Amino acid sequence: MKTISLISQLIIPLFILLTILYGCIKRVRVYDCFVSGAKEGVGVVIRIFPYLLAIFVAVKAFQSSGAFELIQGLLQGILETFQIPIDVVSIALIKPLSGSASLGVFTNIVKTSGPDSLATRICAVIMGSAETTFYVLAVYLGAVGIKRTRYLVLVCVIADLVGIIIAISIVKFFS
Amino acid sequence: MNTIWVLLIVISILFSFLNGRLGEFTKSIFEGAKSAVEVSLFLLGIVSLWLGITKIIEDSGLIHRLSNFFQYFVRRLFKNIPGEHPAITSITLNLLANLFGLGNAATPLGIKAMQDLKTLNPDGETITFEMMVFIVINTASIQLISFTVIGILADYGSKDPSSIVLPTLLATFLSAVFALGLLFAVRRFFK
Repeated sequence: MKTISLISQLIIPLFILLTILYGCIKRVRVYDCFVSGAKEGVGVVIRIFPYLLAIFVAVKAFQSSGAFELIQGLLQGILETFQIPIDVVSIALIKPLSGSASLGVFTNIVKTSGPDSLATRICAVIMGSAETTFYVLAVYLGAVGIKRTRYLVLVCVIADLVGIIIAISIVKFFS
Repeated sequence: MNTIWVLLIVISILFSFLNGRLGEFTKSIFEGAKSAVEVSLFLLGIVSLWLGITKIIEDSGLIHRLSNFFQYFVRRLFKNIPGEHPAITSITLNLLANLFGLGNAATPLGIKAMQDLKTLNPDGETITFEMMVFIVINTASIQLISFTVIGILADYGSKDPSSIVLPTLLATFLSAVFALGLLFAVRRFFK
């Protein structure tokens, strides 16, 4: 574990060092180059902002409306038949929507059901194998002003769903 | 996205009403607006930072060395991108950042990749298949090890926090393969 986390700490500094040294060797004006690249950042973020705003407002509203609890209630029966802890639903629903909120929900599950429980293990695997899909979609599509997404969103949603089922099956298989 | 957004908002208002939480609804949309500003400010810093770094990588020619690694894989997936196109580099760098779980680097590099992909089809408002492949890989979360999750497990006294590494890797790999397979299958269906 120690070595792995050391390696992960080293990646970014080493990468930046390598980039700058290589630039110097190739006689590139590294500082001017960096500044001219960074200048583009402002435009990019301004372009993305309205898309971010739209998705954040919708997600926060959805979280506060209590719709989550209803979906949990609906799924409870199905989950009990397969002996899957109910906590899995909260993670499965929140992870595609919000990274920070899912971290909060996950921490709470660890706290309430114990760090080595089945619920915790399934949720941990979902946390690591699912992405904040709608944030990624909003940012990446917003960055280039794409309006027609064809079948992309459908594929992403189905893939998320199957991904969660895969995560649950793998943890159940391993334990 | 249109459908998803409308659904989220309408369902939220409906449920806020049914649960008597209309006050919370109004509060939550302002909170959402606030966090959009906070995230954007955060993005402004890291996006500019990484755009600066990638500019050095491009101008110094380090691109060609880096992309040699992953090129085989990237080229197989993105067949319609010309060999010397900058999109190959930004996609490669984004995938590397994703693998190592460097979210703060992956997003700016991903934005750059989307813009590079856009130059292949500058006028279109319709998404290209290459963009879809790229986004699907990004939404499949291909990171190798999730340090945040392991950290939380360790904090709360798990006996063996790193025991989730293998199942997570397997789940990530399988769901990424499924997502890509689904995308390619759906394309065939729509043709």
